[in-house]
Amino acid sequence: MSDAPGPDPKDLAAFAEDADAWFRENVEPDPGFMLPLTFMEVGTDQQFDFLQNWQRRVYEAGYLGASWPKAYGGGGLHPDFQAAATRAMRRANGPIMLNAIGLNWTGPLLLDLGSEAHRHAYLKGILSAEDIWCQGFSEPDHGSDLGSAQTRAVRDGDHYIVNGSKIWTTLGRYARYMILLARTNPDAPRKYDGLSFFLAPMKAGGVETTPIRKLTGEHGFTQTFFNDARIPASGRIGEEGDGWKVAMRTLEYERGARGGQAGGYVSVQADAWDVVRLAERSTRAGRPALEDPVIRERMVDFIIEIQSLSLCRDRLSVSPLNAERPSGLPLSSKLMQTEFARRINEFAVTLTGARGAYYVGDPNAVDDGIWARAYLNAFSATIGGGTSQIQHNIIAEHVLGLPKG
Amino acid sequence: MQNLGRLGFSEEQADLLDVAANFCAQRSPVQRVRALMTDELGHDPGVWRETVDLGWLGVAIPEAYGGVGLSLAEVVPIAEQMGRRLLTVPFVSSTLAAQALLKGASEDQKQRILPLIVSGSPATLALAEAESDWDLEAIASTAMRLPDGGLTLSGVKRLTVDAHVAERIITSVMLDGSPALVIVDAADIPAAARRRETIIDETRRSFEIDLTGVPVAGANLMPQELARHALHHIHLAANLLTAAEMCGGAQAVIDTTLDYLKTRKQFGQLIGSYQALKHPIVDAYVRYEQARSHLYSAAHNFSDQGAGEIATRMAKAEADAAFSFASDRAIQFHGGFGFTYDCDAQLYRRRAIWSAAQHGDATYHKRRLAELLLPAP
Repeated sequence: MSDAPGPDPKDLAAFAEDADAWFRENVEPDPGFMLPLTFMEVGTDQQFDFLQNWQRRVYEAGYLGASWPKAYGGGGLHPDFQAAATRAMRRANGPIMLNAIGLNWTGPLLLDLGSEAHRHAYLKGILSAEDIWCQGFSEPDHGSDLGSAQTRAVRDGDHYIVNGSKIWTTLGRYARYMILLARTNPDAPRKYDGLSFFLAPMKAGGVETTPIRKLTGEHGFTQTFFNDARIPASGRIGEEGDGWKVAMRTLEYERGARGGQAGGYVSVQADAWDVVRLAERSTRAGRPALEDPVIRERMVDFIIEIQSLSLCRDRLSVSPLNAERPSGLPLSSKLMQTEFARRINEFAVTLTGARGAYYVGDPNAVDDGIWARAYLNAFSATIGGGTSQIQHNIIAEHVLGLPKG
Repeated sequence: MQNLGRLGFSEEQADLLDVAANFCAQRSPVQRVRALMTDELGHDPGVWRETVDLGWLGVAIPEAYGGVGLSLAEVVPIAEQMGRRLLTVPFVSSTLAAQALLKGASEDQKQRILPLIVSGSPATLALAEAESDWDLEAIASTAMRLPDGGLTLSGVKRLTVDAHVAERIITSVMLDGSPALVIVDAADIPAAARRRETIIDETRRSFEIDLTGVPVAGANLMPQELARHALHHIHLAANLLTAAEMCGGAQAVIDTTLDYLKTRKQFGQLIGSYQALKHPIVDAYVRYEQARSHLYSAAHNFSDQGAGEIATRMAKAEADAAFSFASDRAIQFHGGFGFTYDCDAQLYRRRAIWSAAQHGDATYHKRRLAELLLPAP
C-alpha cells in the first residue's frame, strides 16, 4: 500500500513502544456507559460522539492510516507500523474504530481504483471520522442476492437521478456518504452488467433514512430511501456497468482477502478467556460452573477454536502452507469468525444459569446483560456481508470448485 | 491466560513439504495402496530404500549420530504427505523409536543405534498392552535381572506397528518396581511369539508380541532414570506425527469426495450442486484447514515445554475431529458406492479410526487440555 521502504527494526520498535504508551494513557477504562462491541451496534448519540472523538484522537496521534500515503492524510509509513499500532490498541483494550465502511472498504477501494480527486476529497475525512461512510448494497427484496439490486440511477447531465431503497444501512443516520450499488441499465442481458457503483452524498435532497429497530430492541441500522435524489456523476467508480465488479472487489476488502485497510479494528472479538472467568463466577449446585466436567469440555472446545482463528490468521502469511488452495483461508475467515462469535456468546448466556433470564437494564442481569446482547447482535455478522449459508456457497464454488446450484 | 503459541514455518519445512508432496503422490497412487493391502509385507521395499536415501530417517537426528540435525518440526510435513497418500513404509515407527533413544538412551546406545536407523535399519516401539488406555506408564510387562547383568522379559505387547521388519524393538517394562525401556533385538524374538493382528486399517501391519523369555543384554537396558521423561516425550511425539498423518488423510478424503461430487449426476444435475452436500463438505474443509493450522503450530512449538504440549494435544484433538468427520461424510456422500469395499472412502475412515486409537483420541486430549488450561476443580 505504501511506497515507503522496508522498516528499520529500531524505528519500528520505538514506534511500537510509543504506541503502547499512548494507548495505555488514553484508553478510558470506563466511559460510564456501555460501549458497542462492533461498529454495527452503535445505537445512541452518546456512543456515536464518544467513538467519533476516539477515532479522531487515534488518527491525530498517528495510529490510524499510518500506512496510507501522506498526500491523502495518511502517515506514509510501511504497513508494519500500522500493524504495530493496531496491536498496541488491542493490548490496551481500546474501543473500536467507528468509521468501518470508510476505513476498511471505501478507503482501500479509492486507493486502488479511485481518481486523484476522489482520494483528495475523501480519504482524510475517513481517517478523522469527520465523514462517516455507510454502504448501500442490500435492498429490502434483495439481501444475499445483490446482483438483482433494483435501485435505479438514471443519467441526467452531470448527475444521476436515483430512486429506490437500501436497507441495513449501518450508521445511516450519521453518514455523510454512501457507497451505492444501483442499476443504470435495466435491459442488460446479464443482470450483473446493468449495475454501477457510486460514491453518493447522504445529505442531499431526496435522501431519507428511517431507523430500524434490531432484535435487541436497540437502534443501529437504517433503511435509506431515494426519491429523485440527484448524485454527482463524478462519484461513479469505474464505467457504467462495472458496478458488480467494483462491489465484489469491495467485499474482498471486507473479507480481508485484499489489503489496504486503514488499520485498527471495528469489532471486539469474543474472548474465550472472558468466558472462562464467567464460568468461574457462575455456579452450579453451589460450586463454580467451571468445575462441571461437561462445561469444562465445552470450554476447552472454545479455547481450541479461538486458537484456530488466531493460527489461521498467522497462516495467511505462510504461503507454502496455502499453495494448493490459496483463497481457502481468506474466503473462510468470515464464516469461521462470525459463527464462533455467535456460538461462544450463546454458550456464555447458558453459563449465567437462572440469571440468563434477565436482560440489559435489569440490576440482576449478569455483567449488565452484555452476553445476551452480544449473542443477539452476533447475528448481524452471521447474516450481514453475505449470510453464513452464502459463505458456504462461496467457499464451495470458489475454493472447492463445486458447480453452482 | 496461557501462552498457546503462534504458528511458524521454516524454509526447511517448506522444502521438505514440496519434495514429500511430489514423492508420496508419485510412489503411492491409491491403486498401489490397494495392491499393498493384500501383500504380506504391506509396503514397497524399493520405496522404503528411496525414503532412506532421501535422508528422511535422519531429519530429526543430530549430526553427531549421522542425522541431518533438524527436528520433529521438519518431520511433520513428511508424515503429513505420507498420511495423505496412505504411503506405508516404516518411517514413523522408526522415527519414533529414534525419538525414544534420543530422550531415553545412554550416549553409548545412541552412538550404536541411531546411525543404523538413519541408514535404513527399521525400528519400532512396543508399548501397548492388554489393559492399555494410552497411559504409557501403566505397564504390566516385567524384566528380571539375570546374574550376567542381562535381563529376561515377560509379558505381552500389542499393536506393535511394523514389528515384522523392525530390526530393533524398544519396549517398556517394569524393572525393580518402576518403568524401564529396553532395546530388544528382533532376532531374539521367536517367530511363534509374533502374531499378525487383524486391524481396522488394512494398509498397516501390526503385531502382538509375547515377550516371555526374550533376553536383553545389559548394554540394551536404557538408563532407568530417563524412562518416565522418555515415555512422556514419546507420547507427545507420537501424537504430533499421528496428527500430521491425519491432516494429510483429511485432505485426501475431502479431495476424493470432491471428485465424486463433481462427476456423479442424479436427477440430471451434478450432485455437488446440491447444497445438502455442498455445505457439509465446506464444513469438513474448514475443519481440516483449522486442524492443519494447529498441526503446524504444534510442529513449531513442539520443543517449547509449556506451549508444546498444549499445541500438540490441540493438534491431535483437531486432527481427529476433522479426519473423522470428513471420512464419515465421505462414505455417506458416495451413496451406494460408498457402502462398497471398492470405494476409497472406507480406506480413510478406517485409517482415521486407527489413528485416533493411537496415543489418544479427541476426547482424551481435551480432558488433558482441561487440566492444562483451566483451574483445577
